[in-house]
Amino acid sequence: MLVLDGVHSHYGKSHVLHGVSIRVDAGEVVGLLGRNGVGKSTTLKTIMGLVRPSEGRITFEGADITGQAPHRLARQGIGYVPEDRRIFRLLTVLENLRTGLDRPAVDETRRAALLEKVYTSFPVLRERRNQAGGTLSGGEQQMLAIARAMMLEPKIILLDEPTEGLMPRMVGQIREIITMLHRDGVAILLVEQNVPLTLDVSDRVYIMEKGMVRHHAPAAELRASHDVIHQYLGV
Amino acid sequence: MVASPAGGAGTAPPGSSAPNGPPLLATEGLTVRFGGLTALNNVAIRVARGEIRAIIGPNGAGKSTFFNCVTGVLSPTAGRIVFDGADIAGLPPYRISQRGLARSYQITNILPRATVLENVRIAAQSRRHGWSLLRHHHAYTDVIDRARAVLDAVGLLDKADEMAQNLSHGEQRNLEIGIALATEPKLLCLDEPTAGMSVAETHATVALVRRIAADLTILIVEHDMEVVMGLARTITVLHYGEVLAEGSPAEIQGNARVQEVYLKT
Amino acid sequence: MVLTDQIVIQLINGIVGGMILALVASGLTLIFGIMDVVNFAHGELFMLGAYVGTTVMVTTGNFWMALIVAFVVIGVLGAALQVTTLRPLLGRDPLYTILATFGISLVLQNWAFWHYGPVARKIPEPFTAHFALFHLQYPWYRIAIAALSAAMIGGLWLFMKYGKYGIWIRATTQDRVMASAMGIPVPLVHTVVFAIGAGMAAASGVLFGPLVGVNHAMGFDWTLKAFVVVVVGGMGNLAGSIMASIFISLLEAFASLWVSPAQAVIVSFVALILTLLFRPTGLFVPTPK
Repeated sequence: MLVLDGVHSHYGKSHVLHGVSIRVDAGEVVGLLGRNGVGKSTTLKTIMGLVRPSEGRITFEGADITGQAPHRLARQGIGYVPEDRRIFRLLTVLENLRTGLDRPAVDETRRAALLEKVYTSFPVLRERRNQAGGTLSGGEQQMLAIARAMMLEPKIILLDEPTEGLMPRMVGQIREIITMLHRDGVAILLVEQNVPLTLDVSDRVYIMEKGMVRHHAPAAELRASHDVIHQYLGV
Repeated sequence: MVASPAGGAGTAPPGSSAPNGPPLLATEGLTVRFGGLTALNNVAIRVARGEIRAIIGPNGAGKSTFFNCVTGVLSPTAGRIVFDGADIAGLPPYRISQRGLARSYQITNILPRATVLENVRIAAQSRRHGWSLLRHHHAYTDVIDRARAVLDAVGLLDKADEMAQNLSHGEQRNLEIGIALATEPKLLCLDEPTAGMSVAETHATVALVRRIAADLTILIVEHDMEVVMGLARTITVLHYGEVLAEGSPAEIQGNARVQEVYLKT
Repeated sequence: MVLTDQIVIQLINGIVGGMILALVASGLTLIFGIMDVVNFAHGELFMLGAYVGTTVMVTTGNFWMALIVAFVVIGVLGAALQVTTLRPLLGRDPLYTILATFGISLVLQNWAFWHYGPVARKIPEPFTAHFALFHLQYPWYRIAIAALSAAMIGGLWLFMKYGKYGIWIRATTQDRVMASAMGIPVPLVHTVVFAIGAGMAAASGVLFGPLVGVNHAMGFDWTLKAFVVVVVGGMGNLAGSIMASIFISLLEAFASLWVSPAQAVIVSFVALILTLLFRPTGLFVPTPK
């Protein structure tokens, strides 16, 4: 469904992605692991059109989306949850959700249903729906960022380090959310540094190093043998 | 160089003190708080003269904060930073640079429209000669010689007259190192020197650092494990603002707690 | 000696002037807040609005038509300018947009001079009733201007807070990249906001028209004043720029009790300089943490 083929990206002169090729099929959960600075976030940003690739192609459902503007991609069904959440701090929780909910394609009834579904999955958001986004705690902001992406009814969600900066006990909640999305048939491309979580929820895992994909295997295989993980992620 | 008495309190962790005298850089109780967040907590790190020290740690460990304290970009909330016998904590970067501590930057800080030689020469000039409006710059042969020697050391001598902005990314980052080197530092601090480089460029930079390490003490913050393991004599691992472990590359790789921290975060 | 009635008169004058200024400045600060564009042509949009007003008055004689037509026509002009000249410059050095808008202001001024000629025109007031204010016959129209400006700014605020697409504007102002990632068509939002800003400037021009003559150079003073207001009020801060407009206008009005109005303008610049020195984020902005 989503295919990256030999993608190169730069930040100015810094050559961050050196020919990345990745595939995510419909309904899959694919993990992207690697140490800091290897280009995982940049990969997601390049898919989402926040960084323009200098070389290579990105296709989504067969259509070439290389370098398209982010708002077009969001409308086509790609949701993005960035590393620093980036919720709209001065908008209320409900207004944050509405940035994704208020789409011409969606009628009033469906909107109400979507909202209700998200409030049920994230009760804390219902509670705080009229509070400004900036007043939420880190964990609540992460919930909001994910819920907001869900408002787009995406076919795939790009999740960038959802557990970063969260207390360890929240990792379980993130795991549950990913499982729920997977059950609903949403594909997920998960960038993470938390290895156990990633191996747990993913079907397949890519491991990156220095801007390239160095290893690609089913999660089960990596769960069984730790050597590869140690080599690319350990010390 | 005159040996100065070490200012430190507490015992030195194994593997960090060199046989040749007091540490060049020693932090004592270094603490940095940003409002409610403690970025560094009571950190004591001692870098021996002549060694290559790498600081590693997972995201948010405090590596950048530590680096910024040592180079004067940040003032610590508490603690001392003793460099070559004197406390430099809270001094502005230019004063620290004058005392012989140089740094390279993650965002390249070169002068794009000056030549490669001019970039390095300007840095070399800062160490010699006072103000003179009358002499032509060509007359300062010692400065030019020094600049050319530095370019040779970082492998850019053949590009001396090239405009700095025309260099490749890897070459620009090496030029950065050269600029820092031209100030004749005692301690060279490198901030992720191989970020954004290809594998080939990374190898070239590692070779460069090995070459210049002979008369220098080097402090590196890096994510690339190959670089770290290949270059450092001692590695300090930070985690949530504290020193988690310190030792030789082999010791760190064999440290189960370090592996845990890297794989679980 | 300054008499109470003079003070009251200047208070009212200051508020009236302040409200028109607020209408002009709010468009300017909206544009800057959302797309970081310093619109040096804003005063010219004001001026062209006034001219469109004169034309509509001549053809229909209806003041309210003039107001609406000016808003729409100049709004569309603003949109066209943004799409052709400013959109391609997005993301580049801010200096380019400054030069571009400055260039546009020169083009518009000279076009107006060429098309409308050097003779000042007038927009007749929609009603000439007066009321007795101390020893003066104070025109109701001036009060009406203040009320209309307040209504328009109020309308804008309500639209942004509760309107269907108000969220788009507010989200894009806060984080344009994330707004785009949420499917909000940011380039379109930019164009629409520029059009609204231009329309508001045009409406101010029509409102102000009856007070002075309409000529091709009238815009420049307003651009200058509006910038002072936007800086003093906090760039991108709508509420701040309204308070700053009234504040600056009152300062000038009271200053002109002692000095000539031309010299009274100096106080605005003093306020500007003091703001930049001591509270550069704006006088009416909460202290940044």
